[in-house]
Amino acid sequence: MADSDAEDLVLTGVTKKFGTFKAVDDLDLTVPQGSFFALLGPSGCGKTTTLRMVAGLEELTAGAITLGPQDISYLKPYKRPVNTVFQSYALFPHMTIFENVAFGLRRQGKKDVKKQVEDMLELVELAQYGARKPTQLSGGQQQRVALARALINRPQVLLLDEPLGALDLKLRRAMQIELKRIQTEVGITFVHVTHDQEEAMTMADTVAVMNAGLIEQMGEPKELYEHPRTTFVANFLGQSNLIKAKVNGTDGDQIRAEIEGSTLRVPRDRAADDAAVRSGSVWVGIRPEKVFLAAGGTETSDGSNVLRRGRVTDVSFIGVSTQYLVRMPWGQELMVFEQNTGAREDFRVGDEVDLHWLPDHTFLLDADQDATAGVEREDLG
Amino acid sequence: MSTAAAPVGPAEAVAAPAPEERKRGWTGYLLLAPAMLWLLVFFIIPMVSLVSTSLYDPSGSLETGYSMTGHIANYVDTLSEYSKQFIRSIIYAGIATLACLLLGYPLAYAIAFKAGRWKNLMLVAVIAPFFTSFLIRTLSWQLILGDQAWVADILRGIGLLGEEGHLMATPLAVVTGITYNFLPFMVLPLYASLEKIDPRLHEAGADLYASPFTTFRKVTVPLSMPGVVAGTLLTFIPAAGDYINAQLLGNPQTTMIGNVIQNLFDGGSYPEAAALSVTLMAAIVVMVLVYINRAGTEELV
Repeated sequence: MADSDAEDLVLTGVTKKFGTFKAVDDLDLTVPQGSFFALLGPSGCGKTTTLRMVAGLEELTAGAITLGPQDISYLKPYKRPVNTVFQSYALFPHMTIFENVAFGLRRQGKKDVKKQVEDMLELVELAQYGARKPTQLSGGQQQRVALARALINRPQVLLLDEPLGALDLKLRRAMQIELKRIQTEVGITFVHVTHDQEEAMTMADTVAVMNAGLIEQMGEPKELYEHPRTTFVANFLGQSNLIKAKVNGTDGDQIRAEIEGSTLRVPRDRAADDAAVRSGSVWVGIRPEKVFLAAGGTETSDGSNVLRRGRVTDVSFIGVSTQYLVRMPWGQELMVFEQNTGAREDFRVGDEVDLHWLPDHTFLLDADQDATAGVEREDLG
Repeated sequence: MSTAAAPVGPAEAVAAPAPEERKRGWTGYLLLAPAMLWLLVFFIIPMVSLVSTSLYDPSGSLETGYSMTGHIANYVDTLSEYSKQFIRSIIYAGIATLACLLLGYPLAYAIAFKAGRWKNLMLVAVIAPFFTSFLIRTLSWQLILGDQAWVADILRGIGLLGEEGHLMATPLAVVTGITYNFLPFMVLPLYASLEKIDPRLHEAGADLYASPFTTFRKVTVPLSMPGVVAGTLLTFIPAAGDYINAQLLGNPQTTMIGNVIQNLFDGGSYPEAAALSVTLMAAIVVMVLVYINRAGTEELV
C-alpha cells in the first residue's frame, strides 16, 4: 500500500501452447495495482487462457507472472492471492449462499466469518438470500454471489472471466455499473476478460485488445477508440471506414494522402506507422459518426477532408441517428452515422452527396494489414 | 344478438379444455397399465402368497397340504433358531458393501475425471463380467483362492498365511466373492453421479484456497452422495440375501440367511422359509429407510 506500484501484476514473455497451437504468444503485460483492466478480444484470442494462467488453473509453457515482489508463475492455485469469478459462476450447488461466500474464508482457517459474509452479501445486495441454494436464485443474483464469494477473500487481484456473458442485455448494463461501483469501493485490481467491446469500454480504466495470442493495442478506452493503431482495433472497437490511399507528401505537421483525385489531410501524430507512411501506401480511417453529409457539390474543402460524388445506397433510421451507406465513385461503400438533431439535412437513396470531416478525426494505418480484420465481431455474439 | 353472444364466448372457452384433459388422463393410465399389470402379477400376488404362506401351520407338508392357521409363531421360531445366520448375513453384506465403496469410489472417480479417451473402454471393462454367468465367475474364485493357487502361495511365502492356512472356505472368501460380484452395482451409480459434477467446481475450490484433498472432501464427496447412496443400496440389498457366494466359497460356519431360506424351501418347510423371507425383507426395508434418512439425500439436488 505504501508504494503504489508495489503490487502490480506483471506478465513477462508469457507463452502457452496446447500441442503445437500457441494460445498465448510471448505476452508482456503490466496491470497497475487498483486498476480496472479489461482484456478484450474475439473468442479464441487467448484472453481466457491468459486469465487462467494468472489464476494458476493453466500452467505456463514459458515466461513469468509476478505479483508485486512475488513470483507466482508456478504457485498452486490455492496458494495464490488471486480469486476468480467464473464464466458459469461455478457456485457449489450443495451449499447455501452463505456457505458459498464463506468457503474461501473457512479454507483459510478464519473462524468468525458470519459478520464478514453478511457484510459482503450486503455489498452485493443479497443480504436476505443467505439461506437459499444457488439454484433458487436468478442468473443475475448467482452472478453477484460468485462476485461476493471471490471478493470476500480480499484478493490482490480479482479475475473476471466473461462474468456478464450469460445475462440478458438489460441486466448486463445494470451489472456493468454495479461492478464498476464495487471496484471503486473496494479498490482491488480487477482483470476482466470479455469479448464485448462496449462492456470493456464502459468499465475499464485500461483496455488491452487481444488477437491471436498477442496484444494488438493497449490504452484508455477513449484513446483506443479515437486512435486505433491497427485495422483489427479499428474494426473490433466500434466500426471504421478504411479507404486505400497514396501518401504524396507533407504540409508541416500534416500528411497529404490522395484518394482517387481527392486530397485528404491527416495530422502526423495520427499516423500509426511511420514506415507505412514512407512506403506511400496507407489506409485512411474515419469513424462513421465523425463524417458529415452534404448535398453533392455544395461542400467546400476549406480545411476539412472532402470526398465528392458519393451516392446514397441505403438509409436506416435508428432513432437517435440515421445510418447511411454511400457508394463512392471507386465502388467502395462507406458508412455515415448522422445524429438526428433536426439541424441536419435528410437524404434519400439515390441522392448525390459529398462526405466531409475534420482532418483531426482521420487516422492512418499500414496498408499491409487486412482491412477486414476484426470485422466479424457481430457473428460471434 | 351481440350482447347475447358475448357471455357464451368465455363459457365455451372454459368448457373447451375439459375433454382434452380427460383424454390426457386416459393416456396416462394407458401408459401405466403394463407396469401396473407387471407389479400386480409379479409383485403383489407373490407378496400376498408369501405372507400368507408364512402364516401356515408348520406341521403340514407338501403331501398332506398346509392349513391356514395364522401361525405367527413361525416368525418367532425361525428368528430365534436362525438369528446367527441372520446377523452374519448383515455383517458380511455390510463388510462387502464397504469394500465395494472403497474399491469402487477411486475407480469411478478415475473413469469420470481422469480417463480421458479411455473412459468408454473402462466403462465396458466394468460391465464386461456380466457377459459371463454369475455362477461361472463365482466358481472361478474357487480356483483363485484354492490352496494350490499362487495367491495362497504368495501369502504363505510372506507369512501372512500360516502353513495350514486356507483362503477357500473361509468368511474372507465369501466376503471377497460378494464384493467381486456386486462391485459393478457400486461403480456405475457412483460414476453417474461423479460424471455430472462440473469440473469447474474443482477449479473454483482450488481458486478459493482449498487444497485438492479439501476440495474432494468439501465439494466432490457431498455432490456424489446420491451415487454413494444408490450404490450402497444396490450392493447391500442383494448381498444380504445372497446364497451363491456362501455356498460356493464358504463352509458350514459361513452359512448366510439366503442359504437357510433355500434349504428350508428345498426341505419343504414352506411356512418357515416364507416367514424368514418376510423377516429379511422387512429388516432390509427398515435399514434402508433409516439409512436414507441419515444420508439426507432429499437435500441433494
